[in-house]
Amino acid sequence: MGSYVPSTDKERQQMLNAIGLDSFSELYKDVPGEMYLKGGLNLPAGMSELEVRRNISAMADKNTVFETILRGAGAYDHVIPSIVSYIPAKEEFLTAYTPYQAEMSQGILQSIFEYQTMMCELTGMDVSNASVYDGATAAAEAAAMCRDRKRTVTLISGASHPDTIQTVKTYCYGKNSELKVVPVKDGKTDIDALKKMLTDDVAGVYIQQPNFFGIFENADEIGEAVHTAGAAYIMGCNPIALGIMKTPRESGADIAVGEAQPLGMPLGFGGPYLGYMTSTDKYMRKLPGRIVGETVDANGKRAYVLSLQAREQHIRREKASSNICSNEALCAFTAGLYLSVMGAKGLADVATQSMSKAHYLASKLCEIPGVSLKYSGEFFHEFVTVIPKAGKVLSALQSNGILGGLNIDGDILWCATEKVSKAELDKAVSVVKEVLA
Amino acid sequence: MELIFEKSVSGRGCSILPACDVETASLPANLSREEPPVLPEMAEVDISRHYTELCGNVHGVNSGFYPLGSCTMKYNPRIDEEMAALPGFTCIHPLAPTDSVKGCKAVFDTAKKYLLEIFGMDDCTFQPAAGAHGEFTGVMLIKKYHESRGDADRRTKIIVPDSAHGTNPATASMCGYTVVNVPSASDGCVDLEALKEVLGEDTAGLMLTNPNTVGIFDKNILEITRRVHEAGGLCYYDGANLNAIMGIVRPGDMGFDCIHSNLHKTFATPHGGGGPGAGVVGCKDFLAKFLPKSALMDGEDALQVRSFSGNFLVVVKALAYIMTLGKEGVTEAAQNAVLNANYLMSRIKGTFKPAFDRICMHEFVLDLSGYKEETGVSALDVAKTLIDYGMHPPTMYFPLIVHEALMLEPTETESKENLDKAAEVFRKLYKLGFDDPEYMKAAPHHAQIARPDEVQAARNPVLRWSKND
Repeated sequence: MGSYVPSTDKERQQMLNAIGLDSFSELYKDVPGEMYLKGGLNLPAGMSELEVRRNISAMADKNTVFETILRGAGAYDHVIPSIVSYIPAKEEFLTAYTPYQAEMSQGILQSIFEYQTMMCELTGMDVSNASVYDGATAAAEAAAMCRDRKRTVTLISGASHPDTIQTVKTYCYGKNSELKVVPVKDGKTDIDALKKMLTDDVAGVYIQQPNFFGIFENADEIGEAVHTAGAAYIMGCNPIALGIMKTPRESGADIAVGEAQPLGMPLGFGGPYLGYMTSTDKYMRKLPGRIVGETVDANGKRAYVLSLQAREQHIRREKASSNICSNEALCAFTAGLYLSVMGAKGLADVATQSMSKAHYLASKLCEIPGVSLKYSGEFFHEFVTVIPKAGKVLSALQSNGILGGLNIDGDILWCATEKVSKAELDKAVSVVKEVLA
Repeated sequence: MELIFEKSVSGRGCSILPACDVETASLPANLSREEPPVLPEMAEVDISRHYTELCGNVHGVNSGFYPLGSCTMKYNPRIDEEMAALPGFTCIHPLAPTDSVKGCKAVFDTAKKYLLEIFGMDDCTFQPAAGAHGEFTGVMLIKKYHESRGDADRRTKIIVPDSAHGTNPATASMCGYTVVNVPSASDGCVDLEALKEVLGEDTAGLMLTNPNTVGIFDKNILEITRRVHEAGGLCYYDGANLNAIMGIVRPGDMGFDCIHSNLHKTFATPHGGGGPGAGVVGCKDFLAKFLPKSALMDGEDALQVRSFSGNFLVVVKALAYIMTLGKEGVTEAAQNAVLNANYLMSRIKGTFKPAFDRICMHEFVLDLSGYKEETGVSALDVAKTLIDYGMHPPTMYFPLIVHEALMLEPTETESKENLDKAAEVFRKLYKLGFDDPEYMKAAPHHAQIARPDEVQAARNPVLRWSKND
């Protein structure tokens, strides 16, 4: 049996005796006898470290690690610099709790303050929180920030990630507030339909940029319509795209959110990921979750603390707008580290290369008879093709070690990042060509 | 410490990517940002040193004693990290074809089987990313249940004891419920009479942790859950304190209908300075049909609380931990967590006063109100002085039902001599409060910083660095 309990049997007996007891069972005398688990748990016997390594490695070996990944749809395979994998594994950071005691947590607090600054820089916003669970919950929390007594309805673009739509829907359902999905036209939010839906009970409008189909929305025009109607404007932005893309602030957004997994986190079968949230000053005190602020200590030295806590559940209890406490701190730390390693130039390079490879892949695929772009709009690093025999194409790619795009009702949503080489893209295209020949 | 921005030198950087090997695409002007973001420009060596410096100003459970009550700061085994870092897990796309992710399925299935056995539940979801997120998911199950019975309109109230963690009432409110706070009895347990009074046709459910937040196992638990059920409500188990009882008694056998468990507490996954955690939610069969799904992965119009399937890599760590402990080890961990708490309490006794002088579970609460009256030294002052002794302070001023509370949870991974040393520090500080209270009121004296000015931080918020400062 494996164990992490250091005390020996002899010490345990000494400790029991010191508190006036003879056996462990006396510690549990409040547990009613009929409930007591007789015969113990139905679990296998414990294992040594070597056995655990063997067993779990065998599970990992059952998965296919694709050499080339051309699938995104909310989870992106970018290059993770070596130092970005290494530093977050340092035990001090890894094994600390939320930095409640500022006097012994300055390292964590400062790293969050730096992360907040970087996210403000990326989005053009004034304030950032310390993170939420992922991009979908960030959208849901942002929708809650916009609602008040008079304005209770949330609008979400149908061109958003399906998981984001469903998560926002669940959170709205929880609060008994209404969510309406804005229709999609040619792979983009239908602005005419949106304008008609902007009644005076609409609190906030969420769009994704670039959207689920990879297309850039007319974000400025949407923002104007939303503000004219007196609602708040939430943009869910890909943080890599923000290396080169117009910021949500420049497009008029009040709140920017998104999935920051591309900033140094592995695919990891879906998590842990990182939800970022930034806003203009006006929404500062409505942001959910932890926020780190700068102050001075009793000796006038610069110091960092968890700040604006009057917003949070441990003070406001049922009056708090969110229950979040634990977030994704180590992922935020990783994102800050990633952005420091890449710098503005490196990030722009990642964005440009991802976009360039996606455009190269799109142009090569569209040379194949029967394959064409489904939508006409400008796209970033994802695009949808109309393609015959999508299922067959994807299986053929899989047998060649390539994870192809995502099958959406017979069309394929492709993604390319800076990580794939021209040779890999050419190979993928030749496999597709062969299937469709 | 300098901020990373203050160490930045224009023109520096790291070399990560090769030149682009395809024709460069670029954004049209109307889609391009006006100016690049201001990010650090650093050589890799300086980045490494910056973060190493930050690390020197962090106290993790693997650095030293961390008796933060209600947070179960047990040792985080390295093997669990190694397993979660296997490329066979980290490189897997959440939307990869089913036949290519059999290993991920094996992890989820095995972890599920073991956890359900420990919970006494029938099904579960790994979607929630933290405890509070699990609470939200669990109460949403309750909401769906009442809705499915056409009973949602009248069942509008969730009962929460006044000793509960703040997330409980905040969760109930996020799920559209009115919160009914019930007072605790003098022993910190649920006051059965008070409970009877608030139960009725408007009861949707009860949220409870057992052992409760003062570290006592509520021996009336079967009567409590029975009464809630008789009123037509459901019972939600907040698993924050599961570490005390795993392998001894199961929430499912106490009459609870659903549960969340913090894998980052009970199952030894690290807390990462505030996350990521994982808040698996278990439930009885009749609630299983309401469990959340992913719209994209499962194509269903169901509850969904975040994207994809959850914090998978955290689940890998928890699985490695449970496999290591196994049948006997899980129970052993709980027993020793309880033993350590009682031993530490007994060693402190005679100085600071336990709020409840009886056998406790995995944690206990000290009541410093009398001590503060005598010496002027508060729970906060004691906590801050502990920092000078290299010990993370206990949870302060919680639960709210104890004044000047310090809540200690040593966990099972502390040795007898560590507990002896910690008790010695507490005894010493007790005396110091009488001898030199002013010293303690100004503590810490040897920490990274002295006490920060939190009022200024809230009044004039500085929440980011700016180039012009």
